Amino acid sequence: MDIQGRKLIKIATAGSVDDGKSTLIGRLLYETNSLTTDKIEAIERNSRQRGYDYLDFSLATDGLVAEREQGITIDVAHIYFNTNKTNFIVADTPGHVEYTRNMVTGASTSQVAIILIDARKGVIEQTYRHFFISNLLRIGHVVVAINKMDLVDYNEDVFLKIKADFDALVAKSNFSEDQITFIPVSALKGENITRKSDHMPWYVGNTLLDHLEVLEPQDLQESAVARFPVQYVIRPKTEAYHDFRGFSGKLYGNSLQVGDQVTVLPSGNVSTIKGIHFFDQEIDAAAPGASVVITLEDEVDCSRGDMIVKVGEEPSSEKSISATLCQVNSKNLRVGQKYILQHGVNRVLAKVEQIESKIHADFSGTEETEQLKLNDIGKVQLRLSKPVHFDSYQTNKSNGAFILIDEGSFDTVSVGFIE
Amino acid sequence: MSNLFIPNPKEAESIHILREVAAQFERPVLLFSGGKDSITLVRLAQKAFFPAKIPFPLLHVDTGHNFPETIEFRDQLVKELGLELIVRNVQDSIDQGKVREEKGRYASRNTLQTTTLLDAIEEFKFDACIGGARRDEEKARAKERVFSVRDDFGQWDEKNQRPELFDMLNGKIHVGQNVRVFPISNWTELDVWEYIRTENIAIPSIYFAHKREVFFRDGLIWTANEHVYREAHEEVTEKWVRFRTVGDMTCTAAVLSEAKTLDDVVAEIRESTLSERGARIDDKRSEAAMESRKKVGYF
Repeated sequence: MDIQGRKLIKIATAGSVDDGKSTLIGRLLYETNSLTTDKIEAIERNSRQRGYDYLDFSLATDGLVAEREQGITIDVAHIYFNTNKTNFIVADTPGHVEYTRNMVTGASTSQVAIILIDARKGVIEQTYRHFFISNLLRIGHVVVAINKMDLVDYNEDVFLKIKADFDALVAKSNFSEDQITFIPVSALKGENITRKSDHMPWYVGNTLLDHLEVLEPQDLQESAVARFPVQYVIRPKTEAYHDFRGFSGKLYGNSLQVGDQVTVLPSGNVSTIKGIHFFDQEIDAAAPGASVVITLEDEVDCSRGDMIVKVGEEPSSEKSISATLCQVNSKNLRVGQKYILQHGVNRVLAKVEQIESKIHADFSGTEETEQLKLNDIGKVQLRLSKPVHFDSYQTNKSNGAFILIDEGSFDTVSVGFIE
Repeated sequence: MSNLFIPNPKEAESIHILREVAAQFERPVLLFSGGKDSITLVRLAQKAFFPAKIPFPLLHVDTGHNFPETIEFRDQLVKELGLELIVRNVQDSIDQGKVREEKGRYASRNTLQTTTLLDAIEEFKFDACIGGARRDEEKARAKERVFSVRDDFGQWDEKNQRPELFDMLNGKIHVGQNVRVFPISNWTELDVWEYIRTENIAIPSIYFAHKREVFFRDGLIWTANEHVYREAHEEVTEKWVRFRTVGDMTCTAAVLSEAKTLDDVVAEIRESTLSERGARIDDKRSEAAMESRKKVGYF
């Protein structure tokens, strides 16, 4: 539950330039009364200045000066709105070919992806890419919003043709059909966004907002095994807590409770959970997502970067890993290069042993390559200075992803998904 | 399973971020303004490190034009929680000739704070400055990272930001660089107020309705006070008002309100049609005002 007791749903939006993505989000904000009077006035003023005879809701989200000048979105923007039942966080990601990294970034924190398609253009190369990334990142649910239906006379055949084309993509992916929902909309006119369209009686499903509201966050999470990466050791050294030695961190995958037998990695020492603390409360058990402090019965060696897991549920520990990488920096990745690999909160050194292939982000296969450039996706082999304790991304998202940090600039240059 | 603790995801995320700061940096500091967002940060930091004390000091950049209620509140909080407080004054930057006081109708010390802040970062060699900015406050802030790297001059390069993937935070920096950290990036104004109410967190009295001498200009309600420039024809009246943000007197407008309790305030925010920064005079200067100030190192 979120702060107000509402459920929290995180969404990434993807679409090509001019698919009307910002307009769609602006429309959602407007119709959920999330735009305040002064923001609406600013939109009216700006729309007038540009000579539009309608309200340009895209102005509600396009933030940076360069974007306002060029009329395009160039980075991930976060937008917040709520209904009575649900809090939403939208990561609005741009749709240029060269900004694939932004969608990967936005999608990495989202449970739902909205992919926009211009009804006049149908499924295009960009759509393939957006769906490919949703598939690669294992997003829980995809909404295909077929926009600008007003410009194709709200014709059902257009909708069905696009749906059939998209279904062919779904067949190539790991998604099941019930993870994908198609909705015909007009963001500009507000059709099927929050109000059921009178122009499309042939569509019997929910409006976009109604659909987003019926999704349950617990259904969008996967059940996996408990992983507790230690962030910071808490040693108060006060009189009242003289011997207190707590391991703080965020719990992923599944719950842990007092009395659980655990293994501390990498040492392999076994102990029992003595206490779980959240601020001044002692709790019996913590659900995944909780930022808590754990104490153990035994004095075992445990520090930042170590991982506490249940006995019998130990992850893989390897010094050599195989992963799919997405390059998110303009510096190219080549064989032989060294990086700092950050897996959760743990850092080791990594060397690129091999680039097996570059993967076409449109389901069309792979090719050989010497290097991975910005926005490229490829399969690589890495050798590590010390073993990391990982699961495959397919079985456990939080413990199967990592980033590569450039040793010179310290920029985040790649994101990886372990096989 | 008996008594399973279900986290509040936004609170858990903020605590995770604060622990990353303590673990990844040598000399972090929490920028404390006395406003509700930085007060919320203090509570989150307590939760992140309990039963240990908060492992970093607070820094207050005092414009000298703060509401006295805020300063009293600050000193009380620091005393109660046994925190370390560092105060640096904009007046000193003015006296040293580093910045010049603005003159005239819209004179404010708000932009002058940047110099005092950057000097303090250099003086104490802070490598991470934790702030209470939220992405929902303003369009340019919607694109701010949780860990936002600033160069030696405190500047923000919005086109060259590190992507933040999942909840992995990359705080690696070079000597001279520092990181601005925004643990409550994903909170909305309503989230903050609901949290303050749920947690029963004390806040300065000016957030609640009180009688105050004010005058009206440009549709905003200004505090009538020696620090705020006022023309002879701008008539002072007494009104029931409260503040939605707590900044410098010269750039923080009041709203008419009768909200005397947290419940009243939360109800008022829910109904409100004026966005939070709409009552910030510093943003009214132009549509790109916030982005321009951020680029040169403003918080």
